Amino acid sequence: MSAFSKSPWVVHYNCNSCNGCDIELLACLTPMYDLERFGVLNVGNPKHADVLVVTGSVNHRNAPVLKNVYDQIPDPKVVVALGVCTSTGGIFAECYNVLGGIDKVIPVDVFVPGCPPRPEAMIDGFVKALGILEEKRGGKDTGSAEKPTITLFPPAVE
Amino acid sequence: MTRQTIIPFGPQHPVLPEPIQLKLVLEDKKVVGAIPSIGYIHRGLEKLAQQKDYIQSIFLIERICGICSFLHSMAYCQGIEEMMNVEVPPRANNLRIIWAEMHRIHSHLLWMGLLADSFGFESLFMEIWRCRETVLDIMEETAGGRVMLGVCTVGGVRRDIPPELIKKVLATCDELQAHFDHFIPSILNDYSVKQRTVGVGVLTKEVALERGVVGPVARASGVVMDHRVAKYGAYANFDVEPQIEQDGDCYARSKVRVRELYQSLDLVRQSVATLPEGEFNIPVKGNPDGEVISRVEQPRGEVLYYLRGNGSKFLDRMRVRTPTFANLPGLLAMIPGCELSDVPVIILSIDPCISCTER
Repeated sequence: MSAFSKSPWVVHYNCNSCNGCDIELLACLTPMYDLERFGVLNVGNPKHADVLVVTGSVNHRNAPVLKNVYDQIPDPKVVVALGVCTSTGGIFAECYNVLGGIDKVIPVDVFVPGCPPRPEAMIDGFVKALGILEEKRGGKDTGSAEKPTITLFPPAVE
Repeated sequence: MTRQTIIPFGPQHPVLPEPIQLKLVLEDKKVVGAIPSIGYIHRGLEKLAQQKDYIQSIFLIERICGICSFLHSMAYCQGIEEMMNVEVPPRANNLRIIWAEMHRIHSHLLWMGLLADSFGFESLFMEIWRCRETVLDIMEETAGGRVMLGVCTVGGVRRDIPPELIKKVLATCDELQAHFDHFIPSILNDYSVKQRTVGVGVLTKEVALERGVVGPVARASGVVMDHRVAKYGAYANFDVEPQIEQDGDCYARSKVRVRELYQSLDLVRQSVATLPEGEFNIPVKGNPDGEVISRVEQPRGEVLYYLRGNGSKFLDRMRVRTPTFANLPGLLAMIPGCELSDVPVIILSIDPCISCTER
């Protein structure tokens, strides 16, 4: 691992989220879970960042904002999508103003499922993202992440 | 004539965990006006709640806001119970208070940490959020979730708190009190903190009444307003004294919330001490019919639910008036006349919850 992926700076954008994921992300950064031991630092300016953390689904109003924030981050960059809303819209999927997952607007590298995900799961997602960041820096095409599959109804027991 | 400049604040901004845009009109460094623009996280939840049945809706309504999730489900369940004439068992009522007041503690601590972050007091932010984990741990142990509890249901609660956990709740209260005594002097007495909060963002009592603000923002401006004194649920057994301050600045709002932290600890203890034995959940039959308005005091102020049933399991209409929506006009009255660098502190001092506001 190079020095580059030992200090990934993170910019957070709340798309359409209910705050549950956002406060868990902040809890990740504070002493109990302490993401800073991996060098992760929360910054406000996308031009300083390497990792974009998104919570929530997209709607017509925030899709251009999300695209704008993503475009401002210099390459190589990774996108970590927190919560089930980012992949499908989650519990709000049927709402009239929800377009669906954020992968409709920007490419996603890591999906962290859960409503909200536990901080441990988020840390796991970040560690995975750091590996991808390192590969991207080496010029490798990592493709985009597979969406977590959700079983709405468990299969019937024979 | 001084030249006016317009600076966009948000939707993506370091101090804002949520997207809201304020266009700040500046004359030199003074802010003379603010034009809000919302809609970045509108989902259309009220419509969806009418398409799901009234029990499924509870889990949807909890996700109006992740910070006061339990209080949203409590307000909704109280409304449905009133419509269906369900008498909630006394034990369930007391358990609801325990979770509701723990939610208030965690929300106020969250706010206090973000306020410290907004004026750059990073170590205080970390200290407060470490303390907040204590509350989240006990909520997880008693209810099964850190932020989304999912325990409130029509006719009571879905889980009981067994006696050995009750002891742990009390022990946590003592632990929290020790934590509070440790860091609260920094919020109230620290010279540099006071420089950023005293006299900043003043909202007078007249303007507060005129703009209809609620919760700690109203109480800090001298308006006696706390829906818990209306004695809904198990609050009928306790006396809740509204915490009032007269100054209406950011410092007064901090003081109100600090005192409410201790008050909430006290209410948890009282609720545990008077916890009755017996059922915590009763089966509910039938469908809601009629219309009802249900109100609950949330950490940010009073939330109002309007529910109309039609005798089927789907509601005809559900409408929510959330506290931040009521506080936004108040915020716009606080901003003109302040310095640009004070704007983040003023915005945070109303404890904005945009996902509540826009649903």
